[in-house]
Amino acid sequence: MNPLLQIDDLRLRYPGGGFRRRLPEVLKGVSLHIEAGETLGLVGESGSGKTTVGRAVLGLAQATGGTITFEGQDITHLPAGRNRGDAREIQVVFQDPYTSLTPALQVRGILSEPLIAQGIARSDAERRVSSLLDRVGLPKDSADRFAREFSGGQRQRIAIARALALEPRLIVCDEPVSALDLTTQARVLDLLIELQRNTGVAYLFITHDLAVVRHISHRVAVMYQGEIVETGPAATVTRHPQNDYTKRLLLAAPTADPDAQAERRAARQALRGRAEVPTAS
Amino acid sequence: MSQQLAPPGPDRTAAAPAKRKRRVTRALLRNPMAVGSVVTLAAMTLLCLLAPVITSHDPMYSSVEHVNAPTGTEGWWLGGDAQGRDMWSRLLASIGVSLTAALIGTGVSIVIGVVFGLIAGYVGRAIDSIASWVFNLVLALPTLLILIVLLPVTRGSYQLTMLLLGVMLSPGVYRLVRNMVIGVRRELYIDAAKVAGLSTWRILTRHVFFVVRGPIVIQAAFIATICINVQAGLAFLGVGANTPSFGSMISQAFTNLYGHPVQLLWPTLGLVALTGSLILFANAYRDALAGTTTAARRRSRRAIADVTRHADEAAPAAEKPTGKALLTVQDLSIAYPRPDGSLNEVVHKVSLTVDSGEVVGLVGESGSGKTQTAFAILGLLPHEAVVTAKEASLDGRPLLAMTPAELRKLRGPGVAYIPQEPMSNLDPSFTVGSQLVEALRRTMPRVQARQRVLELLARVGIPDPERTFDSYPHQISGGMAQRVLIAGAVATHPKVLIADEPTTALDVTVQAEILDLLRELQRELKMAVLLVTHNFGVVADLCDRVVVMRDGRDVETGEVRQIFSRPAHEYTKSLIDSILDEETLRTDAPVSKAKEGAR
Amino acid sequence: MILFLLRRLVSGIIVIVVVTSLVFFLTYGTSIQIARNILGPSASDEQVAILNENLGLDRPLFEQYFDWITSAVHGDLGVSYFTSEPVAAALSNRLPVTFSMVIVAVLITLIASLALGITAAARGGVVDRVLQSIGTISYVFPVIIIAIGLVYLFAIVLRWVPSIGFVPITRSPGHWLASIILPSVTLAVGGIAGLAAQIRGSLVDELGLDYIRTLRSRGVSERAILGKHALRNAAGPALTVFSLQFIGIFGASLFIERIFALPGYGAYAMNATVQGDFPVLLGVTLVSVVLVVTVNLIVDVAQGWLNPKVRT
Repeated sequence: MNPLLQIDDLRLRYPGGGFRRRLPEVLKGVSLHIEAGETLGLVGESGSGKTTVGRAVLGLAQATGGTITFEGQDITHLPAGRNRGDAREIQVVFQDPYTSLTPALQVRGILSEPLIAQGIARSDAERRVSSLLDRVGLPKDSADRFAREFSGGQRQRIAIARALALEPRLIVCDEPVSALDLTTQARVLDLLIELQRNTGVAYLFITHDLAVVRHISHRVAVMYQGEIVETGPAATVTRHPQNDYTKRLLLAAPTADPDAQAERRAARQALRGRAEVPTAS
Repeated sequence: MSQQLAPPGPDRTAAAPAKRKRRVTRALLRNPMAVGSVVTLAAMTLLCLLAPVITSHDPMYSSVEHVNAPTGTEGWWLGGDAQGRDMWSRLLASIGVSLTAALIGTGVSIVIGVVFGLIAGYVGRAIDSIASWVFNLVLALPTLLILIVLLPVTRGSYQLTMLLLGVMLSPGVYRLVRNMVIGVRRELYIDAAKVAGLSTWRILTRHVFFVVRGPIVIQAAFIATICINVQAGLAFLGVGANTPSFGSMISQAFTNLYGHPVQLLWPTLGLVALTGSLILFANAYRDALAGTTTAARRRSRRAIADVTRHADEAAPAAEKPTGKALLTVQDLSIAYPRPDGSLNEVVHKVSLTVDSGEVVGLVGESGSGKTQTAFAILGLLPHEAVVTAKEASLDGRPLLAMTPAELRKLRGPGVAYIPQEPMSNLDPSFTVGSQLVEALRRTMPRVQARQRVLELLARVGIPDPERTFDSYPHQISGGMAQRVLIAGAVATHPKVLIADEPTTALDVTVQAEILDLLRELQRELKMAVLLVTHNFGVVADLCDRVVVMRDGRDVETGEVRQIFSRPAHEYTKSLIDSILDEETLRTDAPVSKAKEGAR
Repeated sequence: MILFLLRRLVSGIIVIVVVTSLVFFLTYGTSIQIARNILGPSASDEQVAILNENLGLDRPLFEQYFDWITSAVHGDLGVSYFTSEPVAAALSNRLPVTFSMVIVAVLITLIASLALGITAAARGGVVDRVLQSIGTISYVFPVIIIAIGLVYLFAIVLRWVPSIGFVPITRSPGHWLASIILPSVTLAVGGIAGLAAQIRGSLVDELGLDYIRTLRSRGVSERAILGKHALRNAAGPALTVFSLQFIGIFGASLFIERIFALPGYGAYAMNATVQGDFPVLLGVTLVSVVLVVTVNLIVDVAQGWLNPKVRT
């Protein structure tokens, strides 16, 4: 059986940069796949191209090479949302819950708008709103309030509800918990996992945070400078990495235990002394 | 004029914007300035519509007996002008001309500006460059002169002239709309709407137009006054067709200024009432959009003044250094005045100490008041903040009682600060080096300061100090910028270094290096460090002791190992529990394929 | 930087060419009765035809345009249809009047706006409110009414300055200033309101930014923070507003010349408009567009110099 999402040799270069001097490639041949109901964690630092992969899948960035296949259909060059046939089955949760919800609408409007755009009658769409709110653990009266009246964690729940509205088969989660506080972060991750168990939705989970990735991913892919440097089951990649960059990345993340962290620091400094790789800063 | 008061907008389908509009409308109704200006505009419109009924002469009819007739003459209530025409009917006719001029000019400029602004801003690329170039050309024209030069072409018709003026004023609208749309287009909620399958038209009308229409209403009011003034101005100069107008009335009164100054009064009143209500309406509308009224602002200003006076009396007396520790803070509270004058306390009686050579972590979630506490110690809170404490002292010297000059002397050698966001904390207009030298110039000559900065840049791990010294902030990376800021903080050998989330904006690999650097520098210079952070990994890496804050209170203080292994307070426990455990992996398999088949 | 300047220069030249051509074709192209206008209704058709031929108006429009533009490049702007006075000479007699007034007004605007804007940003309070009031007043009261009010107060009631007329600076600097000061102040009122508000606004915005706090944390003095760092970064937006204010001041000088009876280019242009004296209109257009473009170019250079991202 074909995977739900298949990306082959994806290349992307943003337009612009002026006459005869093009911008460098952001993606230099990325290949990965996601099975139905699975979470693929895509880890990398800023500038690694991980967000661009997500935007290409969503149709918000135009690939300059390679293919993206969703449920057997080539969606590489289809624009976001419209005319994508079944591709409305790919939805998104963005990082910043403060700018990803429109200030123009109340929660009711935010959640029903995608449904109405798909041709569902207004009354039906609005009836669905309360069940969506219920699923993400928000009170029913939230529907009549504006997004700005909610806290960061609640806003992210609204964003998740919006993504769920169209009953997608894949949700691109772009750093969905990075802007949240520690305790909120854990609760939102649990919500995402629970929803996945109930609906069988797959996640492309983009993040820079290894702890988050371990928590939610079945498989992990590590990106560095526009390429996937390592991919495999979460346990293997995060415990016994093969690639040097993955090793550095793991050792760089401080752990919340003073003694373990002292050991890790020593290990990292030893690795640096040995390899003397150019740093990303 | 009513068209301008209600901005055009396809709101039939949107219930929510209507609600928001109601909020703005309600705010406007509460503002006497707004109500007054709308009533004035409506009354003037009504008067000019009723002109045929309430005037007894044609505005152009001149009667020899009524040359310069005084105010109150029967049938010529406002008097007659130098040609014996009825000033009252001329005044009403002038209102009509002004309103027409405003409608034409404003309508044309708004339509052109909004249409092209939306397209250029949303579609971008080639259309944007071409449109922006053309509108910039138009913007750079000597508008008034061109209108006058082209009068032979427009045959003096003020309507045609206003049409041209509308075109020439459209760049302002275009710029406004385009820039706002570009700002909005980058917002994630627009991306989310695209992904949800909304059409471009729907996105433009519901999400984008929502943001731009408020400023457009304000801009429209200003453009309307410009049109009215230009029309009056041209009539004043006596160019163009001979229609009754405020301008021609003023012109005539001006030549009569010695003999009959009162003739100047009526057109001036009419003109000022018209433009004045437009401007005041625009101001009131702006306040309503921003959610403030001048009255509220004034009230809050008064409240701040009261509160600061209050605090000035309270604060210094309470401060008595007891200090064994280098930095001692006891019962520190921070409050901000609310608009109604009461105080909103955000930090409540926080106490902490930092010994020399010690690294103390100030930990908490967003809104816990940790950054506020740090800024209070640095004396860098906004001036309306009200800071009180039983004690706040550095090296035995009370901090809160210091004059601004004393505080300035303390900063640098006493306390130093490393900010969170490296890029926004460097002045974009000056080279990195000159910004660092500036602070050192207080104590050493320029050449020496430069030498010291170069050494420091090398010390914080910058590969080519000379080049970085002469670089502008936009030419260096975020990691480099943070190293520069660290160099700036330690340049003066501070006793206490306050670092506010110093690695939060950085990548993990860079973060690790910056943490190493901070640790080395702390040991080398034997600094005390107060590290504000939400990241327990960073705490584990650097800190000796930890102060946990929640909702503006310090809930627990303790040795770092004790906090991690045996947290005493419930909240600390829940925080430690929320840390995503490194050992636990997700173990449940992807949802079964059987479920897939059922779909 | 050089590329940036070149682009601006080319843009400026295009503006000059486009505007003058537009005015040329609109005036010459739409009015067929130039000779009839000059000779009046009593002239015979024959006389009109002869004049048309003498003025070269019977030639194709493009040929006339080409002629005009070639002589314009050489500094020859033709002669007035009505007075036969060369346009270039007439303009050079009148421009010093306008320039005196506009330059003094610009200087007043700049100095007063900086002083007001900085004080309002640093202190707030009374200065801030005064500034806001000036802003509202200058919008509500059109420049003609402010001018008439000032004439009435200073020239008629107080008799401090002459109400009308112009004295060249070469004859008597003192009297020149006296004759120019009231018109210039009037012109500056509107400029000050806009520019000072802009300076205040950008300064307040800058002072709220992170890097200001960091500079403070290093013990940099408030004076240096305001006068060096914040002002430098606020200067960009202020300059943009200034270039627009300049166009406004230049345009408003038309009214001011009329009210103060100053023999500047405004009265000249007005006469030409009423009569349909096209060579004069074109000359006036050319000179003002060149002036405005030059000022914009200077502002652009200053902008580029201020912004290290453009400069380097």
